Amino acid sequence: MIEAIAFYFIAACILGFAVLVVSTKDTVHSVLFLVLDFLFVSALYVMLGAQFLAAIQVLVYAGGIVVLYLFVVMLVNLKRPAEAHQDPHRRSKLGFGLAGAVLAEFGVIVAYGYARPSQAIAATASIPVAGNTEQVGWLLYTSYLIPFEIASMLLLVAMIGAIVLAKREL
Amino acid sequence: MPITPTHYMLLSAGLFIIGVVGVMVRRNLIIIFMSIELMLNAVNINLVAFSSQLHDAIGQVFAVFVIAVAAAEAAVGLGIILAFYRNKETVNIDEMNLMRW
Repeated sequence: MIEAIAFYFIAACILGFAVLVVSTKDTVHSVLFLVLDFLFVSALYVMLGAQFLAAIQVLVYAGGIVVLYLFVVMLVNLKRPAEAHQDPHRRSKLGFGLAGAVLAEFGVIVAYGYARPSQAIAATASIPVAGNTEQVGWLLYTSYLIPFEIASMLLLVAMIGAIVLAKREL
Repeated sequence: MPITPTHYMLLSAGLFIIGVVGVMVRRNLIIIFMSIELMLNAVNINLVAFSSQLHDAIGQVFAVFVIAVAAAEAAVGLGIILAFYRNKETVNIDEMNLMRW
């Protein structure tokens, strides 16, 4: 019962703050709503027993990425509002229509899942450690070592790319 | 009523749709990037929900990879925004038609 109440409260907050992120006029407010949204997603991870990922969510998203966004919003000091100019060829209704099409697709997938439920998948490889962080770390450094290295290389390349792009001249 | 993975999938679908609407409808490039972050978060919720349902930490490992890619994407994307702003003094996506055919 308490779990259900917590889930519905957190879900309502996630969806509400996401709507605010997309609909607010002021970009700084939008970034701050994004922080709140990420914090509630992190709470959802705790509910699901993924404490390591909840900590990463707070540290990397709410701490790192959002600060990057705030920096850019502050650096890009706009003399006129970003939404002032509108392309006469732009069709916002088409955007809503396409989003509705994606929603319909999800609906079809859910309906199909109800109509033909698949077999439950048995839990696979046994991991010799207990605890959430230990399990994630074990998998990262054994089965998923090469993807892990590639991700670190991707981050290095992205860091160099961001420096090259943001620098005035090399 | 117990909370099943279906509930998490519906929440995730809702969050994803809000992100899609943001990308499609807003004209401020920074808000479009934030909508993309919302969509990546929706995917992560799905991964973690199934990881918890199946008692298997692999879903969480993939969520870590998604977060790493999101961080790289945010860094490069915001670098592009800064470089573009330096040339055109705008972050409006309708005025970014430099390479449009």
